[in-house]
Amino acid sequence: MTTARMREKIAFFVLGLITLLVVIPILMIIFYIVKNSIGSISWEFITQSPRNGMKEGGIFPAIVGTIVLIIGTMLFSLPLGVLSAVYLVEYARDNFFTRLIKLSVVNLSGIPSIVYGLFGFTLFVLFLKLGTSILAGSLTLAIMSLPVIITATKEALESVPLSFREISLSLGATKWQTVRYCVLPYAIPGILTGTVLSLSRAAGETAPILFTVAAFYLPRLPRSLFDQVMALPYHLYVISTQVPNIPVSISFATCFVLIGLVFLMNLVSIILRSHYRKKKLW
Amino acid sequence: MVKETVIKTVNLNCRYGALQVLKDLNLEIHRNEIFGIIGPANSGKTTFLRALNRLNFLNASYSQDGEIFFADKNLKNICDNILRKRIGIIFALPQVLPVSIYNNIAYGPKVHGIAKKDAIEQIVEESLKKASLWDEVKDRLDSPAMKLSGGQQQRLCIARTLAVEPDVILYDEHCSGLDPISTAKIEDAMQQLKETYTQILVTNNTKQAARVSERCAFFLMGELIELDETAALFTEPKDKRTDDYITGRFG
Ligand SMILES: Nc1ncnc2c1ncn2[C@@H]1O[C@H](COP(=O)(O)OP(=O)(O)O)[C@@H](O)[C@H]1O
Ligand SMILES: [Mg+2]
Repeated sequence: MTTARMREKIAFFVLGLITLLVVIPILMIIFYIVKNSIGSISWEFITQSPRNGMKEGGIFPAIVGTIVLIIGTMLFSLPLGVLSAVYLVEYARDNFFTRLIKLSVVNLSGIPSIVYGLFGFTLFVLFLKLGTSILAGSLTLAIMSLPVIITATKEALESVPLSFREISLSLGATKWQTVRYCVLPYAIPGILTGTVLSLSRAAGETAPILFTVAAFYLPRLPRSLFDQVMALPYHLYVISTQVPNIPVSISFATCFVLIGLVFLMNLVSIILRSHYRKKKLW
Repeated sequence: MVKETVIKTVNLNCRYGALQVLKDLNLEIHRNEIFGIIGPANSGKTTFLRALNRLNFLNASYSQDGEIFFADKNLKNICDNILRKRIGIIFALPQVLPVSIYNNIAYGPKVHGIAKKDAIEQIVEESLKKASLWDEVKDRLDSPAMKLSGGQQQRLCIARTLAVEPDVILYDEHCSGLDPISTAKIEDAMQQLKETYTQILVTNNTKQAARVSERCAFFLMGELIELDETAALFTEPKDKRTDDYITGRFG
């Protein structure tokens, strides 16, 4: 074997090892959680309300609360994010103003989540008088999700070949028809990835919902958008640090459910993406 | 016989940023003729075609002055989408959308408001027939357009343009990537389209211009050097530069 090929083999081996280092922590976390929660996970745990000072029963209201928040967040952030990105990529001229917007979008994603939480509290809860509610919480999470959705959608739109737009325009389609039929459909996989990524993050955040929606203990389900809800990440925080003498296995089981939920969302996006990728032919 | 003018440019100047690409262009194109444009690379042929349907303006650095008239109307006073419906273009490389053959053609009529399924089916069939592609694809209209050969894709592009019922068709070196047999098929189709459409053919193949066009223009570095009946231009060019180009001494 030549030395060049030897070197290549060694390089591949080292690179593989480094990649493995990325996988190991994830596997360890999952293993640890599964191992410690296995005793507490049951049908009862996911379908019943907490009882006896949260020491018994399940976490059903928190699961419902988190799902409601994810849906609420998506309803606000997806249209707003996608339309903003469409505007930036397809309509806006390249000038100082749009460059400023693009820069802001990039920088928004670096803001700590507690800042979003306080911002949402001031704007939605106090100023707009929405109170501590699903609406205020969803809006806060939506604002936090926007940068990632906008950035992902922008990249997805930019990766659609320019020729598709030229074909459509040259046939006499309007700008909007072109975007609607010849650009957006081909950007869906990228938009999906960005959306799920940012919603996964929103699902697991505590800080933004702390002052805007999360309830310490609220066993009944919400009846309107102005109700508070329990949510998995906040519930986890509460049972792990705020209430004494709660079995550790309950915390781990809550963790397990939260991770499972995020995993499920990612699975759905992977399936949808591969469905769309089959149609991609260019 | 007085010929009806379809397109007319008056002192047309086109620029990309500071680079002047077309200089003081004055020419007229007649109804139902095949108008050839020849010239070496970078002489502004593509820019000229794309000025006629205002596609150049997609590029932010583009600017133009002078006037272009289409059917006696100043281009400035025609909506982009109406203009582009009436002046179609075939690009150098076959540009098909990653959808079925049928949907490639149906797209144009649909964006212009035709919704009835049988109306669209009829348009698809007629357009494919006019582009001499129907017999080759009639059994697989639902298969992906990208699976067709290059020559078939280019005829599909012609059919797609015909489906929106234009008056003028612009061809931008549309045979440059094709083999002689595919080219011959496309040239046949163009001859049949002559009765209904005005066609402007930009080609880097002087023989093709000589074969297909009736009048022909020679562009060089953004200037119109010579414009004449094709037969005259190729047998007794008046300008030495035209002579040099068609005899293959440069370009
Ligand atoms: N999008 C563009 N941006 C900047 N310059 C361009 C662009 N398109 C063409 N040009 C320039 O304009 C000149 C003419 O180009 P073009 O019209 O494509 O010529 P042709 O089709 O005859 O080869 C060339 O010098 C080319 O570099
Ligand atoms: Mg060209």
